[in-house]
Amino acid sequence: MFAIKKKRLIAPKVVLMEVLAPKIARKRRAGQFVILRVNDTGERFPLTIADSDAEAGTITIIFQIAGKSTALLAALNEGEAIQDVVGPLGRPTHIEKVGHVVCIGGGVGIAPVYPILRAMKEIGNRVTSIISARSKDLLILEEEMRAHSDDLKVATDDGSHGFKGFPTQILQGMMNGGERIDLVVAVGPVPLMRAVCEVTRPRGIPTVVSLNPIMVDGTGMCGGCRVSVGGKTQFVCVDGPEFDGHQVDFDLLSKRLRTYADLERASAEAHKCKIGAG
Amino acid sequence: MKPPARAPRQKMPEQSAEERVKNFREVPYGYPPETAKIEAARCLQCKTAPCRQGCPVEVRIPEFIRKIREGDFAEANRIIKGDNALPAVCGRVCPQEDQCEKLCVLAKKGESVAIGRLERFAADYGLAQAPETPPPAAPTGRRVAVVGAGPAGLTCAGDLARLGHEVTIFEAFHAPGGVLVYGIPEFRLPKAIVQAEVDALKRAGVKIELNAVIGKVETIDELLAEGFDAVFIGTGAGLPNFMGIPGENLGGVYSANEYLTRSNLMKAYRFPDFDTPIIRSRRVAVVGGGNVAMDAARTALRLGAEEVRLVYRRSREEMPARIEEIHHAEEEGVRFELLTNPIEILGDDQGRTRGMRCLRMKLGEPDASGRRRPVPMPGSEFEVELDTVIIAIGNTPNPLIPSTTPDLKVGSHGTIVADKETGLTSKARVFAGGDIVTGAATVIEAMGAGKRAARAIHAQLMGG
Repeated sequence: MFAIKKKRLIAPKVVLMEVLAPKIARKRRAGQFVILRVNDTGERFPLTIADSDAEAGTITIIFQIAGKSTALLAALNEGEAIQDVVGPLGRPTHIEKVGHVVCIGGGVGIAPVYPILRAMKEIGNRVTSIISARSKDLLILEEEMRAHSDDLKVATDDGSHGFKGFPTQILQGMMNGGERIDLVVAVGPVPLMRAVCEVTRPRGIPTVVSLNPIMVDGTGMCGGCRVSVGGKTQFVCVDGPEFDGHQVDFDLLSKRLRTYADLERASAEAHKCKIGAG
Repeated sequence: MKPPARAPRQKMPEQSAEERVKNFREVPYGYPPETAKIEAARCLQCKTAPCRQGCPVEVRIPEFIRKIREGDFAEANRIIKGDNALPAVCGRVCPQEDQCEKLCVLAKKGESVAIGRLERFAADYGLAQAPETPPPAAPTGRRVAVVGAGPAGLTCAGDLARLGHEVTIFEAFHAPGGVLVYGIPEFRLPKAIVQAEVDALKRAGVKIELNAVIGKVETIDELLAEGFDAVFIGTGAGLPNFMGIPGENLGGVYSANEYLTRSNLMKAYRFPDFDTPIIRSRRVAVVGGGNVAMDAARTALRLGAEEVRLVYRRSREEMPARIEEIHHAEEEGVRFELLTNPIEILGDDQGRTRGMRCLRMKLGEPDASGRRRPVPMPGSEFEVELDTVIIAIGNTPNPLIPSTTPDLKVGSHGTIVADKETGLTSKARVFAGGDIVTGAATVIEAMGAGKRAARAIHAQLMGG
C-alpha cells in the first residue's frame, strides 16, 4: 500500500497527490512514469511522475478525473493509500545542453512537461515554456513553470488568460520572428502534439513528444502500448515514452486509444450510478 | 511381490465441452480417492524408476504412487513436496506425456500410469488439509534475492528457504505467480491453487516484495551492494513477437500476452466488476500452435466469441501444444486452419480489425528446427472476416535487467547466458534460470532450473 501524504485540487477535476514511495522517489528521473492500481478490482494505468522528494520519500502525480479509475483515485484522501504503485518505468528523458529549448504543455500534459523543463534548465539550456488550457481556471502549474523558465507564455482557447488561441500559434510566431530554437518538447493531447510536429517539421527542428497509450503491465511484457515510429513498431513502456515526434504515427495512436472507448464510458457511467445510489 | 492385476488407465472426470465453454471454472475435476487408488495400483514400482529420469525436478514417483495405493495420501503429498515446490501446479500444467509418462514402462504397451493426475490428486489432498509448516531450518545468516515470482523464482526461493537462507523475492506485478497468474487461464489452473502454493512459501519464511521492477527501481548491482549474498534472475518471458505484417497495430489485434493478462491477471472476464476492459469479440483468429495459442482461443470462446479460428502455418503434427490442450480446444469448438499463414490484417476506417488475408501453405524440406518448413502455395490467397486477432507466436526476453547489468553476458537472442547445471551467469554471485535463459519453455523446466540454481547457490554460500 502506498500512503497519500498530500492531496490538492489544482484545477476543476485536476488533482495533485504526493504519494509515499521512497524507492521510486530516490530513483526516478525526468520523463519516467508509474503504473497505479487503486484497489483490488482496479485496472493498471500509467501516470507521469511530476516531481519527487527523495528525503520525504514521496512522488508527485497529477491527473485529470476522466474515467472510473481516475475517479476512484481522486476519491482517496490524505491518510488513505493506493493499493499498487510501480516504477519508475520508461526511459528517462534524454537531457543535453543544446541551447534554446521550447517546452510545450497542453492541459494536464503540463504536469509531465514540468520535470523535463527543470532538467533541461538545470543542465544549462535557455528554456521557453508555452503552456495552454481551454480556459484560465483549467491552467495548472503556471507559477511552478514560470519559476524554472527563462520565459513563460500562456495560451487559452477562450482568451481568458494570456494569448487567445493555440500554443502552436505562439511557437509559429517565435519561428517567424527568427528566433533560434534547438529543441521542442511537447506533451499533451494527441492533436496538440501532432500540430506541434507539423509546425516544426518544415524547419527540421528536433521535436520530442511523450506518448501515453493504453498500457497494462508497463514492463515490456504485453505489447499493448505499441506505436509506430518511423514505420517500426515500438513499445512505449520500454522504448519510450518519449519519441521523435516527426516519426510518430499519430493517426494510429489516436485510433488505438479509442479501442475501449465504449466499454470505458459504460464502466464510468455504472460507477457514477452506484455512487448516486449509495 | 506379484503386481496386482492392472485396470485400464483411469479417466479423470471433467466438465462437458458444452457446459465449460460458458464458464471459467477448471475443466477436469480430479480423481476421486477410489479412482486414484485404482490408478496407483497400475504402477509396477520399477526399481530403476525410469519415470524419475523424465522429471526435471526428479520427484520420487514410485514412492508417492505407492503411498496413494496404500491410502496414505498425506504422505504421498509430503514425498512429492520434498522435490517439487508446486505439485498442484505441475499436476495440471506439466507435459507429462513428454516427460515422466513417456518413460513409464507401461507406455510401451500404450497406457502409461497417469502420473500427472496422481500428482494432482496427492497435491490437492495436501492443499485441502490444514497447512503443514515445515520445521524451520537453522538460519545460515545468508541472504538471497530472487527476481521474479514465477515458476523458476518460486522454486528457487522455496528450496533456499528450506535450507535456512533468508530469501526475498522481487516481483514486478502486483501479484506473485508470474505466468501461472498472468498467462495460464483459470480454467486450466485455478488461481486459488497458485495462491495456496505461494502462501506455503511465505510460511516457510520467503518474503515477497511486489511492485518491484528490478532493473528500474533497483539494479542487480544495487541488490548485491545492499547485502544480498547472491541473486537469482527468473524474469521469464518478455516482449511479445509480432509477425511483421501490415495491420498488426490495428485496434483489435492483441498479443496473447496482453489478451491473457487482461483476462487472467486483471480479471477482465469479470468486467465491469473488475475495471480492466477486454474486447467482447464475435469472430476471432488466434495465430500460433502452442499452449499459449490454445489458452487464448479457449479464453476467447469463454468471453462469448461466436467463432474462434486457430491459424497455424504448419500441420497438426508440428504443433508444439500439449495433445490434451489441442484436444480440449477442438472439443470446445475452436476451428483449426492448419497450413495457413496470415499475410495482412485488414482494418476499417476507424482503425478496427475487420478481417485477415491468408495464404495456404504446404510442407517442404525440414528447417533448422527439424520440422518441415511451410512453403506458400501460389494463388491460394483468401480473406476471413474477423474483429479480433490474437498473436501467439512467442516472446523475446525482457531487456530490463541485461540493459542495466553491464557485466551480464547475453546470448544472440537476448537470453541471459547461464551454466546449464548451476545457473551461474558471467557475473559472480548472480544466477539465472527459466525462460530468461532458455527462451520460451515449460513451467516444469523453469522449476528444474530454479531447483538446480538453488542447489548451486547453497553450495557457494556454504562453501565460501
